[in-house]
Amino acid sequence: MAEQTNLEEIFRRMCLIRYFELQVAEAVKGNLTPGPVYLSVGQEAISATISTLTKDFAVFTQHRGHSAYLAYGGDIERLIDELLGLRTGCCGGRGGSPCIQDLDIPMYGHHGLIGENIPLATGYSLASSRPTVAYFGDAASEEDYALATFGFAATHKLPILYVCEDNNLSILTPIDARRKWNVYEVTTAMGLKSMAIEDEPRLILETVSGLLDELPAFVNIWTCRHLWHVGIGTDGPPERDRIAEMRDIVPNAEEIEGEIQARVRELWQRQLQKL
Amino acid sequence: MAKTVAETIKEITRRHLNDNNELLFGQAITAVGWVNNTVPNCKNIVEFPMSDVSNMGIVCGAAIAGKRPMIVIRFQDFLWLNNSTLVNYAAKSKDILGTPTPIFVRALAQENAGCVHSGILHSIFMHMPGFRVCSPMTPKEYEEGWDDFMAHDDPMIVSEHRTSFSSTREFSNTDNEADITLMPISAARFNVDAAIEQLNLEGIKCNVAHVMWLKPLKKDHLLGSLANSRAGLVIDATFEICGAAQSIAYELMLETGKPVKAFGLEDRSVGVSYESRNETPSAEKIVAAVKNILC
Ligand SMILES: Cc1ncc(C[n+]2csc(CCOP(=O)(O)OP(=O)(O)O)c2C)c(N)n1
Ligand SMILES: [Mg+2]
Repeated sequence: MAEQTNLEEIFRRMCLIRYFELQVAEAVKGNLTPGPVYLSVGQEAISATISTLTKDFAVFTQHRGHSAYLAYGGDIERLIDELLGLRTGCCGGRGGSPCIQDLDIPMYGHHGLIGENIPLATGYSLASSRPTVAYFGDAASEEDYALATFGFAATHKLPILYVCEDNNLSILTPIDARRKWNVYEVTTAMGLKSMAIEDEPRLILETVSGLLDELPAFVNIWTCRHLWHVGIGTDGPPERDRIAEMRDIVPNAEEIEGEIQARVRELWQRQLQKL
Repeated sequence: MAKTVAETIKEITRRHLNDNNELLFGQAITAVGWVNNTVPNCKNIVEFPMSDVSNMGIVCGAAIAGKRPMIVIRFQDFLWLNNSTLVNYAAKSKDILGTPTPIFVRALAQENAGCVHSGILHSIFMHMPGFRVCSPMTPKEYEEGWDDFMAHDDPMIVSEHRTSFSSTREFSNTDNEADITLMPISAARFNVDAAIEQLNLEGIKCNVAHVMWLKPLKKDHLLGSLANSRAGLVIDATFEICGAAQSIAYELMLETGKPVKAFGLEDRSVGVSYESRNETPSAEKIVAAVKNILC
């Protein structure tokens, strides 16, 4: 029963992210977003699931951060305003999609250099002793300063969870063209409890629940980005769709989906009137 | 048909990699449009991991081994990460160790690409001894920059701008009797025509002297145009404060005794929203700046 409740909540968060992102895509089509947007369509399961286990954590994301922002309950109107370049946005309209933050979570934004959030999150957890989670991509995790930071967290036994959203892509370049080694094996050697799993919500729940007892830890989660690196294009149908799979698992999935889709659409319509 | 800047870069790179058996490094350069179609599909291309700090050291190491490697930096802001090796090793190695580090750094800029992708950093390299710095905006200028690189053994910073990539245009300078000489750099060069047209309509005569070489500064043509005008304005696509435009304006002012001002981006972070943008001076802004000097 508890698992069922959890899965329903995860599904709700996944739908919130999915339908939010599809509304962003509409706004991009209408030329309403002044800056580039980085969408999480296809990758929703990761932060939707982990956020249910880490709700008191401080959150640091990188450029593809709408998903974590929404999963942790970030202010939706302020996110829409940010993407529309309005002063009422979560960064005053200045940062745009890659820099978003909501200090009430607290989730901290950054400048947009990939992996820059990894040392920032680590310093934050050192100084605050607050459990902290950092989300980043497979490319960010190979940045030299990211690797050095994982070692630092192990040395100082910091209360931090590193989540690598591994879509096997840096823009369009797959891992194999960039390196012949796995980051989670390096972090294991450094002394971080490290796991590598698929982005199936029940598997994430089980794995991350275990890791939270052993922080600092690293989880590499293979996932599937449906849209282009930046913007809203696609290169054909995705290999898999976790939301579609969840429809068979969660009771009343269609109802939930319809309700969330309608709510997101309404929120967007209301904010768009500000333009 | 005339070659574009992008085609010129691609051709130079192909020659270097194929004929000279040289190396090209960069991140994600063989995907996503091959860096705006400036990278040829040929041998000797090394895809880097996203390890921005160490990557430049690897390129410098290749130069120590006797190569003349090229590296693509897709957005100039990333240079902040690998700059340490550039400034502390590449630029000093000839003077201190007697080992030159001839690397060709293709640093791309873009307008309005948000706070992490809009930067132009050529000024900071002008500040440091040991670099040659240029900002070619035409096919011939790019060839000239390349020939200069091959003729010397210094690290070369090439401050490119995507605005120029589809252009086939060559610019010319003027040295007529004029009220002011406009000296634009980088993307600002594409905005001066419209400014001059407007100023002419208002009875203000302008010379133009384009700035491609930043270090060593090539200034004979700048001085020639300035000699026949009352004042000068150096316009850059990056920050005005402590930047290339101010430095060049100062040098020209000392040499000519004429008022020469600098004009560039405001001293604040570049934002994404329309109101927080901080762009290459537009024709309208150039017109206003000129009137300000002449009034
Ligand atoms: C330090 C730095 N280097 C390069 C870039 C250019 N860049 C932006 S996003 C990106 C790919 C990031 O891939 P990954 O970390 O796997 O995240 P994903 O986009 O796949 O979610 C790159 C190379 C950057 N923003 N910062
Ligand atoms: Mg990736």
